Parts: sequence; structure tokens; C-alpha cells
Amino acid sequence: MVNLEIDGKAVSVESGATVMEAANKIGTFIPHFCYHKKLSIAANCRMCLVQVEKAPKPLPACATPATEGMKVQTSSEYAKTAQQGVMEFLLINHPLDCPICDQGGECQLQDLAVGYGGSASRYQEAKRVVVNKNLGPLISTDMTRCIHCTRCVRFGQEIAGVMELGQAGRGEHSEILAFVGQTVDSELSGNMIDLCPVGALTSKPFRYTARSWELSRRKSVAPHDSLGSNIVVQVKQDRVMRVLPLENEAINECWLSDKDRFAYEGLNSDDRLTRPMIKQGGQWVAVEWQQALEFVAHGLKDIKASHGAESIAALASPHQTLEELFLLNKFIRCLGSNNIDARLRQADTSADGNVAGARWLGMKVAELSGLQSVLVVGSSLRKEQPLIANRLRQAAKKGLQLNIVHVADDELLIKVANIAVVAPSALPATLAAVVKALAELKGGKLDNAVADLINGATTSAEATAIAKSLADKQKTAVLLGNLARHHPNSAALHALGQEIARLSGGAFGFLGEAANSVGAEAIGATPGSEGLCAQGMVSKPRKAYLLLGVEPALDCYNAHATIAALKSAELVVSLATFKGDVADYATVALPIAPFTETAGTFINTEGTVQSFNGVVKPLGEARPAWKVLRVLGNLLELPGFEQESVDAIRKEIAPDLQAFVNLKLNNTMSNAAVTMDKPRGGIERIGEVPIYAADALVRRASSLQKTVDAKNAKRIFLASDVAAEQGIVDGADVRVTQGNASVVMQAKLDARLAAGCVRVAAALPETSALGPMFGTVTLEKIAMAAAAE
Amino acid sequence: MAAIAKPLDYGPDAIILKGLDGNNWRLKDYESRGGYQALKKILRDNVKPEEVIAEVKKSALRGRGGAGFPTGLKWSFMPRSFPGAKYLVCNSDEGEPGTFKDRDIIRYNPHILIEGMIIAAYAMGIAVGYNYIHGEIWADYDRFEEALEEARAAGFLGEKILGAEFSFQLHAFHGYGAYICGEETALLESIEGKKGQPRFKPPFPASFGLYGKPTTINNTETFAAVPYIMREGGDAFLSLGKPNNGGTKLFSMSGNVARPGNYEVRLGTPFAKLLEMAGGMRNGKKIKGVIPGGSSMPVIRGDVMMSTDMDYDSIAKAGSMLGSGAVIVMDEDTCMVRAAERLAYFYYEESCGQCTPCREGTGWLYRVIHRIEHGLGRQEDLDLLLNLADQIQGRTICALGDAAAMPVRAFVKNYREEFEYHISHKHCMVGPGGYSTSPAIESLAMAAE
Repeated sequence: MVNLEIDGKAVSVESGATVMEAANKIGTFIPHFCYHKKLSIAANCRMCLVQVEKAPKPLPACATPATEGMKVQTSSEYAKTAQQGVMEFLLINHPLDCPICDQGGECQLQDLAVGYGGSASRYQEAKRVVVNKNLGPLISTDMTRCIHCTRCVRFGQEIAGVMELGQAGRGEHSEILAFVGQTVDSELSGNMIDLCPVGALTSKPFRYTARSWELSRRKSVAPHDSLGSNIVVQVKQDRVMRVLPLENEAINECWLSDKDRFAYEGLNSDDRLTRPMIKQGGQWVAVEWQQALEFVAHGLKDIKASHGAESIAALASPHQTLEELFLLNKFIRCLGSNNIDARLRQADTSADGNVAGARWLGMKVAELSGLQSVLVVGSSLRKEQPLIANRLRQAAKKGLQLNIVHVADDELLIKVANIAVVAPSALPATLAAVVKALAELKGGKLDNAVADLINGATTSAEATAIAKSLADKQKTAVLLGNLARHHPNSAALHALGQEIARLSGGAFGFLGEAANSVGAEAIGATPGSEGLCAQGMVSKPRKAYLLLGVEPALDCYNAHATIAALKSAELVVSLATFKGDVADYATVALPIAPFTETAGTFINTEGTVQSFNGVVKPLGEARPAWKVLRVLGNLLELPGFEQESVDAIRKEIAPDLQAFVNLKLNNTMSNAAVTMDKPRGGIERIGEVPIYAADALVRRASSLQKTVDAKNAKRIFLASDVAAEQGIVDGADVRVTQGNASVVMQAKLDARLAAGCVRVAAALPETSALGPMFGTVTLEKIAMAAAAE
Repeated sequence: MAAIAKPLDYGPDAIILKGLDGNNWRLKDYESRGGYQALKKILRDNVKPEEVIAEVKKSALRGRGGAGFPTGLKWSFMPRSFPGAKYLVCNSDEGEPGTFKDRDIIRYNPHILIEGMIIAAYAMGIAVGYNYIHGEIWADYDRFEEALEEARAAGFLGEKILGAEFSFQLHAFHGYGAYICGEETALLESIEGKKGQPRFKPPFPASFGLYGKPTTINNTETFAAVPYIMREGGDAFLSLGKPNNGGTKLFSMSGNVARPGNYEVRLGTPFAKLLEMAGGMRNGKKIKGVIPGGSSMPVIRGDVMMSTDMDYDSIAKAGSMLGSGAVIVMDEDTCMVRAAERLAYFYYEESCGQCTPCREGTGWLYRVIHRIEHGLGRQEDLDLLLNLADQIQGRTICALGDAAAMPVRAFVKNYREEFEYHISHKHCMVGPGGYSTSPAIESLAMAAE
């Protein structure tokens, strides 16, 4: 420890800490721009100059190490003169256009200029003007305002892992810009807006829509991925205007993914369902709530009477709140059916009875940072879990060995230690090879459940290297991603992943897909042994379906079959926030509130219970789904639907929800007789969920839909061998046929894909005519003339 | 126009540039002048590295790049037992206006630099070195490459040099002409392939240098002095100069002198003597001012300079710095406002743009002086300039801020009456040869240049 004095106050800090950190520790504010606790020290803005006893000149607090006996003055005449001098320089070329600047009111430069700037400038010369840059659909630029602190540049290099902005030119001609003709495409790019201490980088979707002081700030939780990033939703006149991160070091640190930040645009989409609708004689008719609810109640009663309760099924989106999932579960069970599932894209539920609890990360998110070796199976990481990917990126800089078994060698912007790229059907065999190599290294006895899978496994160089990495390190983990979870052999991947973790003495977990994937399993919104799982409800069509927040053509494993099943039903009740194509398959559409318009709870992938309140009133006649379900329960005279509030539902789930959830978190699979499919012949489809297609809200976020990520997702990516065999070139139109359905897509060659594979994303209207997310497809090159038809 | 001196007459006391005719730069020529004897002796006699450093310390050799830091002391900062790579870097990025001495070493006596670097590498246990050569002297870069090839072929560079247990690889590296890359940490960034921007110090290069490894950086002339020190002894070198100011020094004489060029003289030589070597004032004009150490150093009035000796301590006493030894002499016809404007423009153009005071302040300085020069000055401008110089100097990561501020302050302080005349009369006070502020005459003057 080092003892020093700042403005007469004694403080002791760790050796190596800076004066800035010491000052922060005792709550002494030192003005600064370029300094940011999560970024490297640049010391270029010079705003934090302070007086240090015996130093011949003022020193930057951010870069000066604290030393024993040091005496620092942060606001002496000497220090203030230096700080005011810097402020004067910063302002001479700054346009001072605060009245028309979106940063106005929340601008570090504006705030500090009040304290350190003069009321008039001595600068009488012409001011610099800098040309604006097109950085893409999310970041708006006013580069004349830039003060060259390079926070955005360092964010790209150090956090996002890709240098998309840099400082070009010298001296006064220095400019922050992207590479020629390029935009900023990182999935974390929005953080640059937060980091910019002036109005040079501002939010493009938010531009000129509100002044910061008009906005109410309300805490909430992001509903888009399983991390549950903490957010501040900013609201003006009952309309969500923008979303910013709420710092939570244990979860999202101070960051936010672009998906969580910009998806709010979907909330105000024209596609919102705002009135209850009933299909009468093939026509949609807007009706009163009472009429719609009675219609549903009668319909369900009739079908139960004529076909039995088991002919009723419920599909719920795992992005819905815990309370809604709980009430739907209660509702369907009270009706006498067990057919409920929120795992819409999970194809393989063969191990359901053998998994001890809710599948979760297997550790705290923050613990990822301390890992030494990790094996990630079947995950695109960056596009699936942008901030967990960042945790691993930072850990990799401190020596974490990242091992990957996946269907593509995606650019992770993380140093990868070992990687095995194989077709989806070969994933189980590859994991078996890792188990075998690990067993040889460790000499342990294999678990009986997987012994059969290992027999006949042949180890490869990659598998052995991965096994060695896990065996050599103390803190290790095996994490299964969404692709592993959606995989038609996901039970085998689960068993094998668990065995790898057991043999290497590490943690085992799932990255998780949606805001409430863990919550849905924890409260039992799954069929259990009696009911049908999501796939079962499709393969064995029911007479009535209740959909809670589900867009069946986009959210389900087999879009084609799901729509067919719905169309064959007598009654389809869709509780939906958006219209979408609800008219195609539903009988009744009931408008429900999105997460901003109702209170609720999400349980994130580490099992943390995060409750939030609504931040705006429901739009139109939309109502929180829990209220809709409660009234339906009352109409059907089901017991236990008297809850007055979300709190009451929460208490009903468990008086201490966190303690309840903690007991449920368990990935252990036991005694499962898992089997592995034989690798198929033919071209395999990789049907991942693109980053900006994962849920109903983000699908309608117009700015995100203009990103490079969103545009790329609509193309078919072909492995080199597939393209060569089929004679398909970049940009060609290709007819993709799966089963008896086909679509036409534009081709893009991708040397990073596993051999024999094509990437045809799921969750897109463009591909929803196709069948399962995995399976074989055939390709046909379309001649130009035919394509033009 | 007076005749220019024979280019290779560097003065009677030259040791680094002794006996050169412009063509005898090759290895055999250098060896015939006693070259590589020092290295051979060190390796043959197994001289301990610490003894080499002790000898350099004894010589009182100070860094010739500008800062004048004791070389032996700098070498002793290198961690001896550091596991892994260490680097030796020569700073030949000579870009300061008025400075052109390293260029002559590289093109006319490259092997003295190579030998000096090999000895330095030996003394500090370094296996890899780079010579960073300014980007505007390509032909000299090519020559240095050729000299390196000769040294490699002769076994002075590479594995097991001259059969000893000592290996050293030396590479030439050229910049692209940015002045800032002469700042040692910007130079390291540039070698690493990044934008040349100085690093914040600490950590210093001796602990975190090239590629994050311990690195020693010296100026070309500093390394070039080492063979003499090791051959003739530190005391011999010291006795060429004055205590604490050992050896000879190269001075680049430019401006209104009769024979501009490089002159190598003993440190402590009176300026008057140096001026005489350069043929005195051109056309017999009176001396008005001298910038004694490169354009970043404060200007000194001519009369003061005429009674000052050319060594680190004496020039410091006179209120400036020896710097890189670029002596810019200005005669009575020089417009000091115009001179200050030109220097301010240089630093405005060459600031890297990293630190606020330098990025914004250099342009401000230039614009104000430009206004004064063009008859648009205000009386309060002079205090503004002095205040801006105070706000820049000592407030930046590297010394470029200081380099921009110091000359402006010195020009305004030493020649305030000229600035005031410009402001009140809206034109220049110096007679023929000075610069008018009338656009028409200005363009004529430019045509005449």
C-alpha cells in the first residue's frame, strides 16, 4: 500500500494505482475527458493536470502513479491555472453549438466548461471544421465537436476487439475516422456513444427526438438475451425514447450490446397490436376485450369438452416475464393439459426427465473473467452473447485459453487457443473425441452414460489439444451455446459436455438463449413427463393452441411444420405484442404489453432474479399478459387466479424468489440413455438465429435492421467445398430446398464454414418457409434469366 | 552570394568526421582510418560490458540528440539480467529545422555509427538493433543499408561476431518524414508500425521500450563518438571538451553565414570562433540573433551569443540550450516576426495532435503571429502569445509542446520592440531584405526567393 495526501486528505492505495484512482477512492473529483476506468490510459486530454509537490510541472492525475508521501493539490491556483488553460484550448475549435447538440445537458465538456471555462474566449481566429463521417445506421457524427480524447478508438481496440475507428492526420488536422469507406459494425458499437464525452458521436436513432432534460430515467432489465443487462429506459410523454446501460459490474459492467440498446425502436413500431381481434368468416375484426376473452374462454371450453384437455397446447416465448410464464403454466395445467413449453427451438428433449433442474451458466457471469481455460461448444459467441464474449476477450488477454468446437471458425475477435470446426452432425463425435483424449490424459473412469458414445470415437489433433488445455489448467469450464442447445442431438452434447467438465474438474453450463430461458425451466413451464414438448405439439397437432408472445414462423425449431400445425387447429389464441403474420394462423389475437409496459421478472443465465417495473403505460388497448391470463382463468372459473398484482404472483411462485431459483439451478444429467445420430450425407444446413432476428422486438428495430449483421443474415453462406461442387459464385442466386419447401437466396462464399455446410439462418421471414434449423438441403443455381422472372 | 565551403572541411579538431572526402565511406576506408579497432580490442581482450559503460561514463559523453543526457548513465539503466529481448535503437530521424549533422555521418562515415552501435549493444547485452533514418533522406538510407551489408559480410554484425560469444543484428528502418517520429517513444511506435505518437512516460524505454521490451535509444552522433572513446579512452575524449561536457560536437551552421555547413569542434569552443570557421557573417552584415541548438530552442540576441562558448552549460547560462547543435544565425536584415511565424508554422504543422495544449495551442500561436506579420496584430497579442506559451509548455506528453512554446516566448521577449512595431505600423521595421506586409511586395519577395 502507498500512502499519499490529496488536498490535505490522507489516502492509501494499492501500489501501482494512479493519483486519479486515489482521488476517486476518497471522492475527490478531478476533471477529465480521456480517462475511463475500463480503458487504457491515454493521458492526452490533459484536463486532469494537478499540482504535485516537488514536481517541476503539473502532472496528469490519470497517468501519474501514486507514490509514498506524495502531496497532491487538485484545485490549487497552480492546478486550476493548468486545468483552465486546457479547457480554453479545448473550446477554441469546439463549435459551442450546444443548443442544437444532442449531447447538450449530458455533456462532459459542457459540464466542465461551466467550472473551468471562461465566459468569453480570447480566441479570435477562424475555427476548424471537420467533415462528418458515415459510421453506419447507429452512430451519428458531428466531428467538428470532437476533442480527440480517443475513447472511441480505445474502446474498439480494447473492448470490442476490433479497431474500427482511428485517429488519422496530425496536429490540428487530426480526425477520428473509420477505414476508407467502412462503417462501424461492431455489435458493441453503441458504447462509443456513451463514451464520447462530447456530441461528436451520438445516437442516430435518437437524433433530434428529445432533449436529455425532458427524459425520465427508469431502471429496467434488457429482455433480448440471457445476460439480463441492466438498463435505464428514458421516457418522454409515455414513449420510450432511448435505452442506456445501467452499470452493474457483476452482469453487464458499464456496457450494453447494440441489440439491448437500440431494440427499443421496435416498441413504437407500426406493427404493434393495439386492439383485440377475432377472425370472423375469414376477416379480422377488432373487438372489445370482453368479447375477445369470452370468445377464447368458450372456445377452450368447447374444445376441452369435445376433444379432451390434452388437445390444448401452449407455446410461450422465453422472452416473456416470469410471472406471465407462471400464470400460463398454471392456466394450462388447471385446464387439465400438460402441453406447455417455452423451449421453442429445442429439438431434442429426450433427456428432459434426466436433467436435475433448470439449465444455467453453471457459475456467475463475473466468474467467467477468472477462468484459465474454457471450451465453448456450438456458439457464435459475439452475435449470441456480445457481452459474455467481451468477458472472455478480456480474460483471454490475461491468459484464458479459449477452445472452440463449432460449425464455423467465426471471427470472434478473441485469441483462440484451439478450434475444431465440424459440420453440425459431427459435433457429438468431436466432443466424444475430446472426452476420450481427456480420459487418456487424466486416466479417470468414464461415466456409464457416455461410455457407449466414446466407444469408437477417434481422437483428432484438435480434440487432443483442447483436452490438454482443459487438463492443464485449474479454473476451467465447458459452456454449451445456443447451437448446441438447438441441435437435434443436444442431449448427447449435454452428456458429453458434462463429462468433459467432470473429467477436467471444471464448471459446466449453458450460455442461455433468452431473458427467461432459465426462469421458464425454474418454474416448470415445460411439459414434464406427461405433456408434449414444443416439437411434440407440432408433430402431433393439437386442436387448440395458446401462444404467449410467440411468432411461430420465426421462433420455432421447424417453422414450416409449426405453421402447418397451427393452421390445422380449430382455435389459435395469440397473446401478442405485434401483429406480424398473426392473421395467417390465429383465430384470436390479444394485444399484450412488452416488457416496458408491465412489471415483471427475468432470471438471467447465472440465475439472478431481476425484477423491474413498467416504464410507460401500455399502448392502445394492450394489457399486461398476466392480467389477460388472470381474467381468462376467472372466466373459465379456474381456481387460484385472484392475483391483484405482479408482486402477488411473485410471492405465489415463492416468498423468497432468489432462494427458490438457487435450488432449481442444476445442469446435472443422470442415467440418460443418450444416442448419437450418424452423420448424414448431403449438404447440411446450419440454421442459427441471427443477432438481430432473435426476438419480436429486435425484429422491428428499424435501425438495427439496417446494420451489416442484419443484411448479411439474409444470405446463404456456402462452405468452399459446397460452392465448388455446385459451381456457385459470390452473389449468385441459389434455390435452397429443404424437405418439400424451397426459397431463393443470394450466395456468399465463406471459407470459415465447416466443410459440407451452408449457413441458412432461421428466425427470418425469408427462410421461414423451410423446415428444421438443421438437416440436409439441396441447392440449385438459378440462371440469371430465371432469377429475373 | 559568398562561396560555399568545401563540404567536407569539418574543422581541425574533428574526430567523427575526420579525413572524409565524400567517397571514402566504405568499410575498407573506415578500417584504414583505424575503424573497428575498438570493437576488435573489446572482443579480443574480453573487456567486461560494465567496463565499457564505465569508460563511456568517464568520457562525460552527453546525448547529442538534444537533451544532453549523460550517455553512460543511460546505458547503466538497462536491466542487465532481463530475460528475453532487449533492443538498441539509433535515432537518425533528424528533422528539426536547422539540423543536418547526422546525415553527414550516415552518408560519409556510416561504419563509425555501426561500430558505435555494436559496442553499445555489447555493453548492454543487446542482440537486436535498429537505425531509424529520417524519411526525407532516401539516398542516405540506401547507403546505410549498403554499409550494413559490408559489415555483415565482414563478420562485424550477425552471429558470434569475430568469433566471440556475442551476436548482434542491426537493421535500418526509414520513417516517412514526420518530425514527431524523432521523439524517442513516437519513434518506437513508428517502428512497431503504428502512428507516430509519443507515449506517456513513465514507463521509460529502458523498462518498456520497443515491443514493450527494455530499449536504449541514442542519437547518431552519440553512437558515432563511442569508437573514439573506446579506442583512445574516456579521458582522452573528455579532455577534448570541458568537464561535464566531454568531446567534440558537430554544429550545423546555417542562416546568414558565409559558409553554411557542419563543423566539428571541441565543446567549449567560443561561438565567435565557430562563426569564423563558417566564414563569418554573410556580406559582412551585423549579427542580430542566434538559435544555438535547433529551432526548438530559445533565440539569443547576437551580442550575447558572441561572448558565449559552445557547450551545454555555457549556453544554458546564456538562456538557451545546446540542443542538437543546429546553429541558425540571423543578421540585421532578418524580420524576427517573420522568423517566429515560420517556426510557429512548423510546430503547428508537425504537432501529432495527441495532447490538447499542443494540438490546439500550436495553431493558435501560429495564427496570432501570422496576423501580426500581416499587419493585423493587436497590442494585447504579445501578452496573449506569452500566456499561450506558458499554457503549452510543460503541459504535454512529449517535448513538442515545449519546442513550440520556447522559441515563440524567446522571440517575443528578446525582440518585443520589433513585434510592437509590426503591430503599430502594420509593417516591418527592418530594411532591405526584410519582409513587407503588403501582399504585392510579399509576392515579389517570394518570387525573388
